[in-house]
Amino acid sequence: MSLQQQIETKLKTALSPNYLLVENESHKHNVPKGSESHFKVTVVSTEFQDKKLIERHRLINAILKEELSKKIHALTLHTYTTDEWQKRNETARTSPPCRGGSLHESSKDSK
Amino acid sequence: MDTLATIKKQIAENSVILYMKGSPAQPKCGFSANAVKILQACGVQFEYVDVLENPDIRTTLPSYANWPTFPQLYIHGELIGGSDIMSEMYESGELQELLK
Repeated sequence: MSLQQQIETKLKTALSPNYLLVENESHKHNVPKGSESHFKVTVVSTEFQDKKLIERHRLINAILKEELSKKIHALTLHTYTTDEWQKRNETARTSPPCRGGSLHESSKDSK
Repeated sequence: MDTLATIKKQIAENSVILYMKGSPAQPKCGFSANAVKILQACGVQFEYVDVLENPDIRTTLPSYANWPTFPQLYIHGELIGGSDIMSEMYESGELQELLK
C-alpha cells in the first residue's frame, strides 16, 4: 500500500469523513521523483464540530503519528465541519510554494 | 540552561514568537515563509527562532508542544498553530484580534 493510501485509510477509519482528499504534493518540492514526502489533506467531518483548529490538527497528527514521525516531511491540513465546507463553496486553499528547505537538512532528520 | 528551560523562557518573555526554518528575511521553507508573510500583514512585531540553527530546540519543542512540525506560532504563551492555522485565522480575522 502506498503511503498516500495508508493516510487515506487511517483518516477514513478514524474520522468517517463526509469528504476526504489526500494529495501527494511531493512533485512540487525538492525531492526525488516519485517521493511521498509532502501531502495535502482536505477533510470534512462532523468530528470537528466545536473543536478549535489546533485541536482538529492535533487529532489528525495523533491519527498519523507513525507516518509523521518517519515518512512525512510536510503535511498541509484543511479541516472543516460540513457547515464550514459548504460556506467555503467546497474549496480549500492552495499550499505555499517550496523554498528548498529539504536541501538545508540531512535526509535523516527531515520530517 | 537546558533546552526546555530556554524554550519556556522564550515563550514567556515574548508575546509573539515564531519558531521557523530560516529567518523572516530568508525563510527556508514555504510554510515558514507563509507564516512570516501573515505576521507582517498583521503589522505586528515578533521574535523568531531559526530551528535549523538551533537543532536542540528543533528536537525538543515538538514533544513539549505536542505539535510535530514547524513553523509554530506562540501568542501570549500559547501555541496557536502552524502555517495552515495561521492562514485560516488570518482569513477569518481571528488572528488580527488575538494580536491586538
